[in-house]
Amino acid sequence: MIPKDLLYAKSHEWALVEGDVATVGITQFAQEQLGDLTYVELPEVGDTFEAGSEMGSVESVKAASEIYAPVSGEIIEVNAALADAPEIVNQDPYGEGWLVKFKIAADPEDLLSADEYEELVAQDAH
Amino acid sequence: MSELFKTPLHSWHVGHGARMVPFAGWDMPVQYAGILEEHQHTRTKASVFDICHMGEFKLRGAKARDALSRVVTHNLDTLGPRRCRYGFLLNEQGGIIDDCIVYCMADDEYMLVVNGARIDTDYAWIKSHLPEGMFFENISDMTAKIDLQGPEACRVLNEATGEDWSFLTYFSFKRTEFDGDPMVVSRTGYTGELGYELYLREDKAQALWELLLQNPLVRPAGLGARDTLRLEMGMALYGQDLDEKHTPAEAGMSVFLKSPADHIGKARAFDVRESLIPLVLEGRRAARHDDPVLLPSGEPVGRVTSGSFAPSLGHAVALAYVQAEHAEATQFLVGKGAKPLAATRGTLPFYTQGTARVKL
Repeated sequence: MIPKDLLYAKSHEWALVEGDVATVGITQFAQEQLGDLTYVELPEVGDTFEAGSEMGSVESVKAASEIYAPVSGEIIEVNAALADAPEIVNQDPYGEGWLVKFKIAADPEDLLSADEYEELVAQDAH
Repeated sequence: MSELFKTPLHSWHVGHGARMVPFAGWDMPVQYAGILEEHQHTRTKASVFDICHMGEFKLRGAKARDALSRVVTHNLDTLGPRRCRYGFLLNEQGGIIDDCIVYCMADDEYMLVVNGARIDTDYAWIKSHLPEGMFFENISDMTAKIDLQGPEACRVLNEATGEDWSFLTYFSFKRTEFDGDPMVVSRTGYTGELGYELYLREDKAQALWELLLQNPLVRPAGLGARDTLRLEMGMALYGQDLDEKHTPAEAGMSVFLKSPADHIGKARAFDVRESLIPLVLEGRRAARHDDPVLLPSGEPVGRVTSGSFAPSLGHAVALAYVQAEHAEATQFLVGKGAKPLAATRGTLPFYTQGTARVKL
């Protein structure tokens, strides 16, 4: 259910770290809580963020939520397909629904393992 | 906080994976499969909505018409049996206490359908303005309301009841029976599509609900889709677009002020300080309730009352009250902090392909 090879932020973003590149998205739990996404606001290539700072937002019919950078670094790619089809995030949050790629400036800190994140979600669900 | 009310379909919703939310004091399904899917299904096939939270009152007596004409804006002189009409309860200042549909059940009998959150307020208000001794009853607890909406709604209802409902025209209704008990079938709705509002005994609600769902054309839809469907039509929602601080004229509803009777609030019903205007946004990002509305110069002139992504249009739309002197402006900004959204004054309905008035 929760992919083991990813790292997770308490604010429900995930990061796949491969060398100095991190692919980032929102989790299955996050997309379920939001419902059908209708709008995704992403940063631009070249923008830089500190881990934990706001880097964009997602909206559903009934809700809006900020997205926080799970890692520090520079945006090197954004998922342009989401502009017209934000529902991809609902359909495949850990795959086709990725949001951005970072060139990471420092080793990720304070991120959760899959097991730790699963525990967090279990608590949030109550 | 007091406990939420539950409709007779509550356990069905929970058992079928609905996401439940508090609405107007009730624990209601906001979605089943997903708001966008339910919205699209209603625009193309047919959906059932649990609307049991809304209120129904019954008024009867030889003087019922005259008495009710004092309290509602509906022209009851031209509302004969088997017809229903939209209008308002107004306070003395012309502010909207509620919007409601009045059904003429017989020359001496009416049914009023009101918003769930306003049942107690409306009942007390009307009661206090009726002559002593007139029969006036709140039948909300014993009355279920199921909405069947969508271009296939007539076919579905025909198959479910074994009767042909195609004769029923927009805003007309008929009394019939379901499972041996009375049912009112009304060709009305809150989606812009062909459809029916079905009123029956609350203990028969689940049987009718499940019967309608036996048709593969029908799926359940929640309040989330109901809200996007009604907003695309520019239909007002009480508590957001309508309230006691605004008159029907301010809400763009002067067309529903044709009663010749001297009803409460009549002298002020046409007062206009603000105007409810439709706004079309360029992109998918939605304006939300209470977002500030600005002129391009940055001058604040109003507030968004309802706003959402419009699934059938592919962009966001909104309704907003703006100061009357700026109501004819064509360009606005909706405040979103550093990144305001550009909005253009639109026309209603936003969505023009609705089947509600189609001739069958």
